[in-house]
Parts: sequence; C-alpha cells; structure tokens
Amino acid sequence: MSQAATKLQTASPILTVNNIEVVYDEVIQVLRGVSLDVPEGEVVTLLGPNGAGKSTTLKAISGLLKTENGEVTKGDITFLGERIDSKNAEDVVRSGLFQVMEGRRIIEDMTSLENLKLGAYTRKDSQINQDIEMVYHYFPRLKERTGLAGYLSGGEQQMLAIGRALMARPKMICLDEPSMGLSPLLVKEVFGIIKKINQDQGITMLLVEQNANYALRAANYGYIMESGKVVLDGTQEQLLNNEDVKEFYLGGGNEERKSFKGLKSYKRRKRWL
Amino acid sequence: MNFELLTQLIVNGLIVGLLYGVVGMCFVLVYKSTQIVNFAQGEFLLIGAWVCWALLIYLELPFIVGFLLTMAFMAVFGVMLQMIVLRPMIGEPIISVIMVTIGLSIFFQALMKWIFGVSAQSFPKVFETESIQILGLHIETAYLMSTVIALIIMVAFYLFFKHSKYGLAMRATAFDQQIAQSLGISVKQVFAMSWGIAATVSATAGVVIAMVSGVSNSLSIIGIKVFPAVILGGLDSIIGAIVGGLIIGVLENVAEFFDSQYLHVGNMYDIAPFYVLLIILWFKPYGLFGTKDIERI
Ligand SMILES: Nc1ncnc2c1ncn2[C@@H]1O[C@H](COP(=O)(O)OP(=O)(O)OP(=O)(O)O)[C@@H](O)[C@H]1O
Ligand SMILES: [Mg+2]
Repeated sequence: MSQAATKLQTASPILTVNNIEVVYDEVIQVLRGVSLDVPEGEVVTLLGPNGAGKSTTLKAISGLLKTENGEVTKGDITFLGERIDSKNAEDVVRSGLFQVMEGRRIIEDMTSLENLKLGAYTRKDSQINQDIEMVYHYFPRLKERTGLAGYLSGGEQQMLAIGRALMARPKMICLDEPSMGLSPLLVKEVFGIIKKINQDQGITMLLVEQNANYALRAANYGYIMESGKVVLDGTQEQLLNNEDVKEFYLGGGNEERKSFKGLKSYKRRKRWL
Repeated sequence: MNFELLTQLIVNGLIVGLLYGVVGMCFVLVYKSTQIVNFAQGEFLLIGAWVCWALLIYLELPFIVGFLLTMAFMAVFGVMLQMIVLRPMIGEPIISVIMVTIGLSIFFQALMKWIFGVSAQSFPKVFETESIQILGLHIETAYLMSTVIALIIMVAFYLFFKHSKYGLAMRATAFDQQIAQSLGISVKQVFAMSWGIAATVSATAGVVIAMVSGVSNSLSIIGIKVFPAVILGGLDSIIGAIVGGLIIGVLENVAEFFDSQYLHVGNMYDIAPFYVLLIILWFKPYGLFGTKDIERI
C-alpha cells in the first residue's frame, strides 16, 4: 500500500458524506447515493464531467442547495462530528466550512478589500486586519487592485474568491472549479497557492475539478463522479496510474469508451457497504 | 419677475428636496435589499410623527427624549413589520407583495385616523425663534434643523454602507442573495434590518415635516411624492434618490412660482412632479442613475 493511502486511513475524516440523494424542485433527482470522506488537513478532489453532480454535492454540503430549491432527501452529512445536512448556509459557514462557488461569485460592485472584509462577516475577533495582510501575502496582486472587483481579471477574481474564503478562518474550504476559464499558467499558479495554503494553515480542501491533470497533482485523494454517483476513488497515485483515468481525464487513449458507465468493472459496490 | 420670491422658493425646494431624498433613500434601501416596492413608505412618516406628537403632548416629554423614543419605536416597528407581515411573503410573486404593501398603507392610514382623529394637530414649539435670516432669506428654524438632520442621515448612510460590517452585508445581499448566504450572512436578518432602518429614518423625516406643518394624514402623501424622485434617480440608486429628491423639491416650488405669477392653473405644486415622472419614464425608463434590469410594474 502506498504511503498516501496509509496516511489517509489514519487521519480521521473532518467531513463525511454518507449516501446522499439530492432532488431539485421536488422532482429532479441529481445525486443517487453519493458518499465521500475528507480526512482532516488533506486536499481531496472530486472529479467528473459536466452535469455529473459535483457542484450539487458541494451545495448539499454547504447548505446552499436550499437557495436553489434543492433538498437532501436521503443520507447524511457530518462535519466535525456534527450533522450539517439540515443546516442553512450561514450556520454551515459559522461551523467552519466555507464554499467558494463555481464561477467565483465575487461581489462586483464592491472593491476587493470590501469583498475580503465580507469574508470575515461571521467572525467576532479583532484579527481581521492581520488576516487581510495574510491574504495579500498569498495574493500580492490583490493589494494593488484597489478598484471595483468587477474589473479584476478572471485569475484575480479567483484569487479574491479564495482570499475571501481565507478571511472566514475556516477549518475546511470547498472549491468549485477554481481553474474554470483560467490560462494553464494561471491554473498552475492558483493550484500552487491552494496547496501552499493547505500546508501552511492546515485548512482541509475539497477541490471540485474537471481539470484532472492539475487537481490530481494538488490532491492526496480523489473521487470520480458520473451521473450522480461516485464511480471510482483512490489515492493520487492510484488514480494517476489508472488506465481509464488516464484515458478519460488525463487525455490520450482511444475514443471508443466515452465514460465509466459502460465499464462493468466500475459498477462497484457502494463504498459504505 | 420676482427674483426674491423665486430664490426663496428655490431654497425651500432644496430644503424639502433633501427630505424627499432621505425618504427616497429609505425606499431605495428596501427596494435594493428586498426587491419590494414599498407603497407604505409614507405611512412610516405618518406613524412616526403621530407617535412623537403623542409622546410630547400626552407624556409631556422634552422634545429630544420624545424624538429618540420615537426612533427606537420605529426601528422595532419596522423590524416586526418585516418579520410578521413580509417574511411569509418571501418567494411569492412581486405583484402579491406589492399588493400587501398597498394594503398596509391603507390599514395604517385608517388606524392613525382611528387613534388620533382626522383633524391636523400642531407640534409643540421646539425652537424659541420661528425663523432666522440667512443671506437675506427667511429660513424657518425647523427647516434649518431639517436640513442638518437630513445631511447627518445622508452621511450616516454613507458611513454605514461603506464601512460597517452590516452595511457591507446589506450591499452584498442586494448584489446577490446566494453569494451573501455563502459568506454566512443571514438574508432574513438583512431584510429585517432594512425595514427597521427605512421605518426609523422615514419617521425622522415625518417628525421634521410635522414640526413645520403639523401632523395630519396628508403626511403620508410624501410617500407618494418620493416616487417621482426615486424613479427620476433610478429605483436602485441611493445617490439617485438624493438627486431626484432635490430636483423634485425645487421643481414643485418653481412650478408653483410660475403658476402663481403667470399661468394661474392652480395646483401645479402637487402635479408638476408627476408630469416629470411621465416624461422621465418616456425617455429614460431606468432613471438617471438606475440599472437596466428592473422589473416594471
Ligand atoms: N438549481 C437546479 N435546479 C434543477 N436542476 C439542477 C440545478 N442545478 C443543477 N441541476 C442539474 O443537476 C445536474 C448536475 O448539476 P451540477 O451543477 O451539480 O453538475 P456539475 O458536476 O457541477 O457540472 P459542471 O462541471 O458543468 O459544473 C445537471 O443535470 C443540472 O442540470
Ligand atoms: Mg459544477
């Protein structure tokens, strides 16, 4: 067994998603039994094609599902030993779990500094100004951009979104497709900083990505989702060396098999059984 | 042309316009953070003025005490109104919510008539001197106070929305409720807060106006008068509300001037702002400062 796998089994999960089903608008079922564990202090990635249900999984965790008329109809989600599946979004933030939504979602008609201050909305301590400096340390460019956040470049907006998450002093950050719309060079830079933040601050990360190449380099463990289910999971090494992952997510290989669905070997039993 | 009268009227217009601006700001605040067009805005002025009047007359409190108590009462009133009446309406069609605010307006007008009667009452004298002379213009002391209060409120609004945590949270909610929630902001709390602020600040304007012209049901007409002001400014712009308020204030006084001197149509004071409203909606449907995607009713 690889080193990473050993480490993973010893670290206790900070977040456990147990067999959840999610339904939108009371009829559209999107998740059909998703389970995953995120060990404390690790970077875990959740990969999958468009429409697989990655964002839905994150929104179920962060409580934002309720703002889109979605509901966890089965299963449970535990964060730091506490059930969070029925909590609303602001209580989940208060419990130490922060989500950076897909598309960055910064407040465009405010300055980057105001955006950062809002990240600290749930905090009551007096260290907020120090933490702004801490964010500028990771993202020096944000300090130079004093105008409205709407005028920042895509990369800068992503940095601002991550910085804003840091301002909440969370124990865990869920990042939804941070590489979206960024140049390969910027993706590399952003992922490097994500990894660095994880190492410096010990903040657990759940990284949703379509870009498996980068995600699997930053993450110690990965889950692959398709059509509302986890179809494969494994350590960084296992996934990077897996023939099918190489074929479907890392580029190359023949084009015949379009997804895991057709592969008997991946119709594996649900992990919690 | 009687320039002295015209100048006097323009100054009056600016003073009243500032108050329209203050009330308009409250209107915009509620609209921006809750997407509700509040037709009961004028009743906030009315209720505030009656409550303050009652405290001063029946309890014989000193003005400043009565005034502060009124503000505290209105803050609670605004928050409760949101929590009890409007919170259950979240998610209902905009038109239903608007009907509710129209209903509230009628209800509170009737309630005030029932409690305080239909005749106008004058406020106890607050200032020794009725009016003072500034640069040859007569300015009523109460008007001077109203200007000072209006300016203080505007600066307070600016500081609140620029620097306070709750002000930023309200702006975030106005920008995108889902983002606000993802940051840990309670949207319900923001809604309640904006109604509380709107009620308190409007009531302040109500008291100030009542000090000059007495308390009566006609105070709630200010709520309708700020419509041209905020629509002129663009329904979702606070600066626009202030500029719009000033323009409407000056405009109705200038219209009055030309009417009394030359036209003799009568009633121009009340009607002119609405002509302006029609013309604006014709040429600039989103107002001078407004953003484009406002749902028109
Ligand atoms: N608010 C919603 N209401 C109804 N259906 C939704 C909603 N949000 C997502 N869906 C549906 O749920 C499915 C999964 O969407 P989700 O956004 O979770 O996918 P994803 O894996 O994040 O995809 P992408 O990589 O494109 O972001 C899609 O079929 C989508 O149409
Ligand atoms: Mg997504």
